[in-house]
Amino acid sequence: MSVALDAESLQHDYAGVTALDGVTLTVAPGTLLAVVGESGSGKTTLLRSFNRMVEPQRGTVRVGGEDVRRIPAESLRRRLGYVPQMGGLLPHWTIRRNVALVPRLVRQSAADRAADDALELVGLSPSEYGARFPHELSGGQRQRAALARALAARQDVVLLDEPFGALDAISRAEVHDAFARVRRELRFTAVLVTHDLSEAALLADAVAVMRNGSVEQVGTARDLRDHPATPYVARLLEQAMSAGASLVSA
Amino acid sequence: MRSGRERLLPRRGRCTTFRLAGALLIAVLGLSSPLIAQAVTKADGERTPVVVASKPFGESYLLAEMFAQLLESAGIAVARRPGLGATEIAFSALRTNAIDVYPEYTGTGLVAVLRDSVSAAMRKDPRLAFDRVAREFPQQFGVRWLPPLGFQNGYAIAVRRETAERLQLRTLSDVAARGESLTAGFTSDFIGRPDGLKGLSDAYGLSFRAVRPLAPAVKYEALASSGVDIIDGYSTDGLLAKYDLVTLEDDRRFFPPYEAAALVSPRLVNERPDAIAVLTRLSGRLTEPMVREWNRRVEVAREPVASVARDALASLSLVGTPEFETGATPSRPPPRASDRDDGFLSFFWARRAETLRLAGEHAALVVAALLAAIAIAVPLGVLLVRIPAIAESVMQVLGVLQTIPSIALLAFMIPLLGIGARPALAALWIYALLPIVRATYAGVSTADPDAVAAAEALGTTAWQRLWWVQLPLAAPIVLAGVRTAAVITVGAATLAAFIGAGGLGEPIVTGLGLADTRLVLAGAIPAALLAILVDLALAGVERLVAPAHRRPRR
Repeated sequence: MSVALDAESLQHDYAGVTALDGVTLTVAPGTLLAVVGESGSGKTTLLRSFNRMVEPQRGTVRVGGEDVRRIPAESLRRRLGYVPQMGGLLPHWTIRRNVALVPRLVRQSAADRAADDALELVGLSPSEYGARFPHELSGGQRQRAALARALAARQDVVLLDEPFGALDAISRAEVHDAFARVRRELRFTAVLVTHDLSEAALLADAVAVMRNGSVEQVGTARDLRDHPATPYVARLLEQAMSAGASLVSA
Repeated sequence: MRSGRERLLPRRGRCTTFRLAGALLIAVLGLSSPLIAQAVTKADGERTPVVVASKPFGESYLLAEMFAQLLESAGIAVARRPGLGATEIAFSALRTNAIDVYPEYTGTGLVAVLRDSVSAAMRKDPRLAFDRVAREFPQQFGVRWLPPLGFQNGYAIAVRRETAERLQLRTLSDVAARGESLTAGFTSDFIGRPDGLKGLSDAYGLSFRAVRPLAPAVKYEALASSGVDIIDGYSTDGLLAKYDLVTLEDDRRFFPPYEAAALVSPRLVNERPDAIAVLTRLSGRLTEPMVREWNRRVEVAREPVASVARDALASLSLVGTPEFETGATPSRPPPRASDRDDGFLSFFWARRAETLRLAGEHAALVVAALLAAIAIAVPLGVLLVRIPAIAESVMQVLGVLQTIPSIALLAFMIPLLGIGARPALAALWIYALLPIVRATYAGVSTADPDAVAAAEALGTTAWQRLWWVQLPLAAPIVLAGVRTAAVITVGAATLAAFIGAGGLGEPIVTGLGLADTRLVLAGAIPAALLAILVDLALAGVERLVAPAHRRPRR
């Protein structure tokens, strides 16, 4: 049930500005790959290539071995959960209806039931929060609801675009815990875009460092720390360490 | 397995937007068609009656009513369309057979319709002017002038009877000879135009002690109270009779001829010789003093046009003597609803049924125009969000349409749609489009971008995003546009009376034509109330369509 993600020689630019410059990488089934890099390094473009929100000008993207261009965009996206930075919950829908969106799109029979299961999974009581509107929740709760929405149809893959970036430290820790718990339970394949190396180290099985549209290095957090492939990776790690990040969890 | 189900959902947004537009249009037109039909019946109902129209001023109302009663007395069915806009509107309605006859003046036909100038020879002999319009109109428009009614309503220079007797003034040449001591009060229009004071002074060698510019409304009062001694007016003004003034003969024939005559439509010319024969009975029968007295009864004594017309026809022995006339003198008319002694409120109260009927017509026009506008403007606004390249130019075109003055737009509709409710609906519809398109475009294109992007990334179709996310979030903004359009439409609909569409503009137009302020208010106040009411009703709708999270919790 877990699927692999592959990117092969992706090339893309926006009006002359290069976003992806020959990116090739693989995410093994059931693992989480964190993509780190500065703003403009191409990490979000890479993420959006997987669900065809961006169509790279050259190269191939595969989900479960199948070229995504052969899958209609909407049905592809319904298989890939997605959590954006600001949650992106529909403000005029209740939490339950928001979370039931994808189950309903794929005509799942008990969409609300699936939504409630997903809410339980991320630690939001359906009876307490299901009927509320997004603006009635805290930022951390909203991101957990967005995560529930990305999982409610039991998606094979979850794409996360800096989903914890806008949260305060305490909420972030809470949501990290919830996320780690869910992943232990479901073992979906995931790509997490973040600029926070310690977050990457905490949640990811592998970390890819991007710079100017290219992947500088892929490896475990420990690999990166002990054997940086380029001076850029070394400098990045150094900065993170001096900021007090513990890159390798116990 | 998934793709089988997928096919049930429309995949490409662009063509579905067209489908949305079509479906909405059909739905809304279906819903509103009884209203439109009701509004249109008025204009379209019967084809056979002779449609008698007038322009919106006292004498035109009166002559048209005389035409109508004369036709009816000969057993010809008549439909009345009094108070049509101005010359352009009345004439284009006649040309296109939307109306069949209205009273017109040769000078107006020459200058306003043929865009011709009045030659010196025509000034000397009014018949030449008539001959020219009578020759040109059938050729150019298929429209025919019946032989003149017998009087002119041209410029008239007037003095008090006492002045005329003291200085022995009968003609304008007399004024040139003995009038240097007089103080003149002329309207600024007359002072300014070349065929006004300047030309007149040159033609006669006139000079006055002083020339004061006066507003038309006060010139007769000013003359009667000896504030000035000599004024310009129109030769059949009822006020000339009221103040017992003397008009001075234009003995050098300076003023252009304004002979009154019935102007008839191509349809009447071709199909109704019977009606033309009846109308021709009035030719040559009317004189200036007669018409001046009738105008006085309408404009000064405020008698109903219908009874003055009846008396007029009876006095010409063209129809039977009305029974109430046997004892009473014409100067003691039966009181009419708008008589000045009545209180304001009792006047309104007496008109309540009429006001309600007109308000109903008005509301039907507004609602039909608005629904039709929503049916087009909302899909168009959505479409423009998807094709931003053309959005600005489309809205600019709508903006230009918006700047066309309402009267001009209404006049422009007549050749296409005739007169009555249909052209009015079309014009109001055009006015209502822009605010709604703009609001829809703004509302849909700015609807919560994070939510819209997330919905897309999770696999919704463009169609689903539109219905589930963008339109619900845009609804309050779209509705604000509808409210703006509604208030504009209620206001513009009052002008629809100029092209015979009825509504609350009817008393306004008539009241303006007859200088009857109360009649104007009897239309204007309910129209203002209707605008407020419509706005309040839409404010209620706005609360209903607010996105769920903005609504108060039960």
